[in-house]
Amino acid sequence: MLKFARLAALTFALGSAHAAGPKAEVIHWWTSGGESAAVKTLADAYISAGGVWVDTAIALGEQARAVAVNRILGGNPPTAAQFNTSKQFLDLVEQGMLNPIDNVAQQQGWDKLLPETVLSVVRVKGHYYAAPINIHMPTWIWYSKAAFKQAGIATEPKSVDELFAALDKLRAAGLVPLAHGGQPWQENIVFTAVLANVGGTELYLKVFRDKDRQTIEGEAFKKVLLSFKRLQSYTDKGAPGRNWNDATSMLITGKAGVQIMGDWAKGEFAQARQSPGKDYGCIAGFGAKSPYIIQGDVFVFPKTNDPQAIKAQQLLASVMLTPATQVAFSNKKGSIPVRTDVDNASMDLCAQQGLAIMKDKSRQLGNGEIYMSPDQNGALTDILTAYWNKNLPVEKVQKDIAAALKN
Amino acid sequence: MTAPRSWWKVRPGQLSASVALLPLAMIVLVAYAGTVLWSLRVSLTDARTFPSDVYVGLAQYERLFHNERWLLSLNNLALYGLLFIGLCMVVGLLLAVFIDQKVRGEGLLRTVFLYPYAMSFVATGLVWQWLLNPELGLQNAVQTLGFDGVQIDWIVDQDKVMYTIVLATVWQASGFVMALLLAGLRSIDAQIWNAARIDGIPTWQVYVFIVLPMLGESIATVFVLLLTATVKLFDAVVSMTQGGPGNASEVPAKFIMDHLFGRANLALASAGSVVLLLSFLALVAPLFYARSRYQKRVGHP
Repeated sequence: MLKFARLAALTFALGSAHAAGPKAEVIHWWTSGGESAAVKTLADAYISAGGVWVDTAIALGEQARAVAVNRILGGNPPTAAQFNTSKQFLDLVEQGMLNPIDNVAQQQGWDKLLPETVLSVVRVKGHYYAAPINIHMPTWIWYSKAAFKQAGIATEPKSVDELFAALDKLRAAGLVPLAHGGQPWQENIVFTAVLANVGGTELYLKVFRDKDRQTIEGEAFKKVLLSFKRLQSYTDKGAPGRNWNDATSMLITGKAGVQIMGDWAKGEFAQARQSPGKDYGCIAGFGAKSPYIIQGDVFVFPKTNDPQAIKAQQLLASVMLTPATQVAFSNKKGSIPVRTDVDNASMDLCAQQGLAIMKDKSRQLGNGEIYMSPDQNGALTDILTAYWNKNLPVEKVQKDIAAALKN
Repeated sequence: MTAPRSWWKVRPGQLSASVALLPLAMIVLVAYAGTVLWSLRVSLTDARTFPSDVYVGLAQYERLFHNERWLLSLNNLALYGLLFIGLCMVVGLLLAVFIDQKVRGEGLLRTVFLYPYAMSFVATGLVWQWLLNPELGLQNAVQTLGFDGVQIDWIVDQDKVMYTIVLATVWQASGFVMALLLAGLRSIDAQIWNAARIDGIPTWQVYVFIVLPMLGESIATVFVLLLTATVKLFDAVVSMTQGGPGNASEVPAKFIMDHLFGRANLALASAGSVVLLLSFLALVAPLFYARSRYQKRVGHP
């Protein structure tokens, strides 16, 4: 009887909510603990703006994107769908399958608000097709303070050379110097970090954005590849196939010294009750000009003519970009907001550091997927993971990369 | 002069049967032949996320056969297929012969041998991954027992990782092969065994020279089933190694899946699946041809 009453109350609540505001069905792939806490802040913000949130969570990004594309093709599109800040949804834009959200972008002044790198992805031919929700930085260098202490490393490395020196000391102390998860995408992250820190911003853009053959086959890039390969010698035998969070827990337990991974790793430290600055350190890059690599999530709004759905899409887009939502979301997710004009008091040490770097426009840089098509990025990943795991002549790798990135 | 009997002229009794089979025929035509033709069409275009109407000839096939990961995948599959089919046949047959000796607890043993096949490989693959992981699994366990020299690290070895996948999948499938071959063994006339016994032929010779040739049909069926399992090898690789270390255990089905969704390259993925289908047909067609010739000769319907 009680059950029935509850059910009736629930139905009533849902029914009345439906009448209250625009209903938005949102497809996303945030299913782990911290992630679903983050998406809940988004839903709460949308509900308090008067909307009705219908949650469609699908595990694994690839899977969620495939479902979104299939539903768009099948004529039953969701109100909004998550993609990465990348060229993943460019085909959808070009086929005319997305609704632009130009008036929200103009109202909020996205041109001034958003980093150029993010703008270059969400703005296609003068129209705005995606609402960015956060910025993840994939190439943070994390280190365990306990492991550093055990190896007698007094100060945080300030350059690539000092990093290698620290890795040598860790090895001498009998620890695993570099905690690495040997999966292709993680090798891609390590490579991106090396390209940014050893190669520098200019080389980074020449390779990823311009795909310049001469640069790729040149000496400077060869040095990047050799440093990348050198890092592999600091990993342990159990690395191949390891998940990223298992690698992070090697830092948490003090068995390993360093991991190169995105800022989502903070969630693992937080779960183990470790805090930045005290138990572990985070290095965004080396030097005063080191770039901050931008990766992140956006929501796109599939084409529809239903005025109610369009209203929901507009409301959703404007809610996502409000400062309060941005901060609340990123604090749960481990990312930083896409806008830098927010109050950083509630953020952790690493996020504050990231936000400070982001204020310097010249240090903003996209990750590989922002400049390359998914296909090119995949082909590059195949080559990098082969090089990391096998003994291949570096010249051959240079040639292969040049061929894979040929437009 | 009588007109030749046309294929569409069916006797009244057959009409209802034909109508009943119509949905099945439609499913075969649309869902199988149709999708094969669709893949073939897509593989000739420049499709990315969506199908496209721009034909580019055989460009996707050219790219495919210049792709080192694809070539490596084909190599891996050939190696895997040879070992997997061979070992499954041998182990399955030996198990079947063993059970055929009317051992005690036959029912229990049959269940035990067949059990791996009843479980999803996504789950058992993870267990294999843990067992073979040098830091967590058997190697670690054996070394803590004091056997320091023992190394069980094939799964992280570029050159040996495929063998670990063979090992795990043979463990899974040989019970199934046993069940099929045991059914074949049991259908062999007891008279033959009696005759052999009277003639004083050793048991192993009866198996090798008399029983095995009579199992031809069962073995052919097993072969086709194992070949199918080989071509679609995917879950074992994904759950055990994810294609790694590096690209060392990549297989064609994973290449196709990666390009179909993650890499948004419909055309290249379709080209891959067409190549896979053609090579499968090239292997199976001669077998079926020989089989139908044989059946005609011995007068089966």
